[in-house]
Amino acid sequence: MDSNEKVVLEAEDVRRALVRVAHEIVERNPEPPAPVLIGIHRRGAFLARRLQAQLEELLDVEVPLGDLDIGFYRDDLQRRHDAPVVHASHIDFDVAGRTVVIVDDVLFTGRTVRAAIEALFDYGRPARVQLAVLADRGHRELPIRPDYVGKNLPTSRDEHVHVRVAELDGVDEVAIAPAEVETPA
Amino acid sequence: MNHLLSIEELDREEIERIVAQAERFAEVSDREIKKVPALRGRMVLNLFYEASTRTRSSFELAAKRLSADVVNFAASGSSVEKGESLKDTVLTLSAHKPDAIVLRTPWAGASELVSKWCGAAIVNAGDGKHEHPTQALLDVYTLKRSRLGGIDGASIWIVGDVAHSRVARSNIIAFQKLGAKVTVAGPPTLIPRGIEALGCEVRFTLDELSKADVVYALRMQHERMSESFLPSLREYASWYQINGRRLGPRQVLMHPGPVNRGVELSGEVVDSPQAVITAQVEAGVVVRMAVLYELLAGAREPQSDPDRPENVKQLA
Repeated sequence: MDSNEKVVLEAEDVRRALVRVAHEIVERNPEPPAPVLIGIHRRGAFLARRLQAQLEELLDVEVPLGDLDIGFYRDDLQRRHDAPVVHASHIDFDVAGRTVVIVDDVLFTGRTVRAAIEALFDYGRPARVQLAVLADRGHRELPIRPDYVGKNLPTSRDEHVHVRVAELDGVDEVAIAPAEVETPA
Repeated sequence: MNHLLSIEELDREEIERIVAQAERFAEVSDREIKKVPALRGRMVLNLFYEASTRTRSSFELAAKRLSADVVNFAASGSSVEKGESLKDTVLTLSAHKPDAIVLRTPWAGASELVSKWCGAAIVNAGDGKHEHPTQALLDVYTLKRSRLGGIDGASIWIVGDVAHSRVARSNIIAFQKLGAKVTVAGPPTLIPRGIEALGCEVRFTLDELSKADVVYALRMQHERMSESFLPSLREYASWYQINGRRLGPRQVLMHPGPVNRGVELSGEVVDSPQAVITAQVEAGVVVRMAVLYELLAGAREPQSDPDRPENVKQLA
């Protein structure tokens, strides 16, 4: 881990943030049926799984969980040098008429969320779509705002925000690295 | 990858990458809207000098699932019948600025030639008796998802009219690159001399067919036979037809289609649980999606204008 990095959320902070977000989702969606969760590949999908566990405990009903890869829907597909690797999406329930909460790790320009909304509508027509993120670092380039935020992180544009999840990175944390540091592979 | 001209030019990693990508694309066909915008604004030109229903339609469907525009150009009923050469046809159609040309011709090596004449990505959809690389890729994909689960170490018998078959050539190469042991079998007149040079074994009878994990029957290609290679199709069927007696219950049966029922395959085996022939057709769309995605997603070199060849390398 880089020594220039500043850890802003430790594992316990991440856990508390997710618990709070889960409570807010329940408060904002009192009417059954329960909302469905769709995590954006890859870290958003793991965060969505944890939110699912929280929601199921709070609501005592099954909360459908899916994950979504937005590779096909990127707005820079024709500009990138290489075709991005696309992962399979898994949404094996009907989203039509449901409240869908899209879950991602970091909200930045909003372009990923735009792509996710477009992708989601190819699976059906949800009643409403909400957005939950672990960290909102600002610098939006599109008219998109989150409904649930784990932590607001004021950053400068060229800093890097690293969200790590235990399933992939061995540890739960959110860190900010200064501009000149390379993104870890 | 700029073009897909042959299996020969791909290495094992490239074959596996395309097949793995195809597996991830399979899910698109299950969505309510069976279409993703990945290749929006790209144009795919199907240029077919030979009859083909399934290859052409599966390329068309693949391109459309990725939101590309598709133009079909069949040689019959076109300027080709008025005597236009392949080069002139390609240059004329290049004026429409296709991003990819899917090309099927009766001439071996045609797709490689065409790749030098225009800036579009060329996909070889069959060139004479030479190669049919997307067929081999979809067969690899189908075998990976079959009961066999993979190709490494499998014994694969390719049976029938090997001499006229580009599918046989591409598949012998692809299966061996992935670690299979390939045997070709058929009447001596339909096994090209020197085919062993590709690394496969040759048998003139089906006596040892039971050793095969996979039986790949080829279509008897009447349309490519100008002389008599066989006494009769009946004679062929009695010696080489894959039927219920010859096909074992643990074997996987493949065929590139269209099947001549009663010639290379008996009706009962076509409908048997060993047959994965419809799975091969389904695989055709996702594998061709993966090929088109690989060739066309991401920034490409600008379209070459035949008059200004300096255009071609700018972004490379």
